[in-house]
Amino acid sequence: MLVDDLKRGLDAPICLTWELTYACNLACVHCLSSSGRRDPRELSTAEAKAFIDELHDLQVFYVNIGGGEPTIRRDFFEIVEYAIERGVGVKFSTNGSRIDPATARRLAAMDYLDVQISIDGSDAATNDAVRGEGSFAMARAAMENLAAADFGPFKISIVVTRHNVDQLDEFEAMAASYGAQLRVTRLRPSGRGADTWDELHPTNEQQRTLYHWLQARPHVLTGDSFFHLSALGEPLPGLNMCGAGRVVCLVDPVGDVFACPFVMHDEFKGGSVRDAGGFTAVWRGSELFHSLREPESAGACASCGEFDACQGGCMASKFFTGIPLDGPDPECVNGHGEAARLAALAGGAVLPTVGPGHSKPGSGPTPVRLGRKPVGAGSGLT
Amino acid sequence: MNLEGAYRLDPRVALRPEPFGALAYHYGNRRLVFLRSPDMVRVVEALADQPTVADALQSVAIDEKRWPSFVSALTDLESSEVIRAR
Repeated sequence: MLVDDLKRGLDAPICLTWELTYACNLACVHCLSSSGRRDPRELSTAEAKAFIDELHDLQVFYVNIGGGEPTIRRDFFEIVEYAIERGVGVKFSTNGSRIDPATARRLAAMDYLDVQISIDGSDAATNDAVRGEGSFAMARAAMENLAAADFGPFKISIVVTRHNVDQLDEFEAMAASYGAQLRVTRLRPSGRGADTWDELHPTNEQQRTLYHWLQARPHVLTGDSFFHLSALGEPLPGLNMCGAGRVVCLVDPVGDVFACPFVMHDEFKGGSVRDAGGFTAVWRGSELFHSLREPESAGACASCGEFDACQGGCMASKFFTGIPLDGPDPECVNGHGEAARLAALAGGAVLPTVGPGHSKPGSGPTPVRLGRKPVGAGSGLT
Repeated sequence: MNLEGAYRLDPRVALRPEPFGALAYHYGNRRLVFLRSPDMVRVVEALADQPTVADALQSVAIDEKRWPSFVSALTDLESSEVIRAR
């Protein structure tokens, strides 16, 4: 089985997520990396290029660049062009604020480059409640500019929430109107998302609707992030497994290497690209990464007939909701997650410290009422 | 796709060796394809230097009984643009 091969881990990741900077001009309430302010220790241009050299040597085919808002870095184009030159394809996520007509033309002239514009509502009210006032117009302007520059099929990327899940058809029409590709991914309770997940994550009924919607649209990209929904029937297209430390990982702006693209927390940190041996030594030598490639136990899910389909779901979602990693996904479609979460909390489970990370103090819109206070005041991310 | 055809790896495809075979990534269509055995990798790499698919299979000593399964796998690789007729 291919999945079994992949679970044992590859010699290098297939792709990885690289958050280029913590700086961001928005303050989305579900930001995975709690971004806002640049970190003074962020990788220099030379360090970024040395990291790209490593990715080239490892034959990592592409990187998913994000942030923060990656285009804020003054050397953004220098880094992207260097990666492409070295055969490392680039897909970057942006809120669109810097994609003016000239930048759109510059991007359109580059090969092996994918652009993902983030938008979380098909109308300004839905989107701006999560991403901040004016962010809908910003994203749409970027889409217009890319289309006018003949970029080709750029991607429109949506994080599915309780409030936009009913707009999937509208998003599809939006993508079609630009000749763009639609990409929908899963909301995780990571970063600032830990504080807003309760109010934003789709209901169980909405998940069922989403599953059938995706089943009927294999062309919609998902980053294979909804494999927990495969417990509802036929598996969704893509890899139905957690790729953390096996086929993917994350490098943060200061060079720390995390096994899971959605868990920027010390418990999932394998090392730093600044360590001796660089990224390669972390991927190949870190005890944490090795442990993630061991056969996992089905744990509390062992008696469930759907385990083979959903694989127990998403590690990040469990981790940040206090559920043991061998327990059910908090959004388990059979409802085991909510019970596990309450049991874990009743049993004294302490939620991982999230803290403000690089959020700007008191800044940004907080239109979504916070359901609970951050558990710790520390600086889990710094 | 048949035994008499002449093929080669698409120039936009990179092969990365892995214990189970290789990963093939197409920089044009951005598709990732898994070559599921070291034999399959050897066959794909031999295509460009051999006049036909049959010669490629023979050159890396694939038992003739297994040829139909290789032709079927090569058909899939052609449809995902990993290999192309030359």
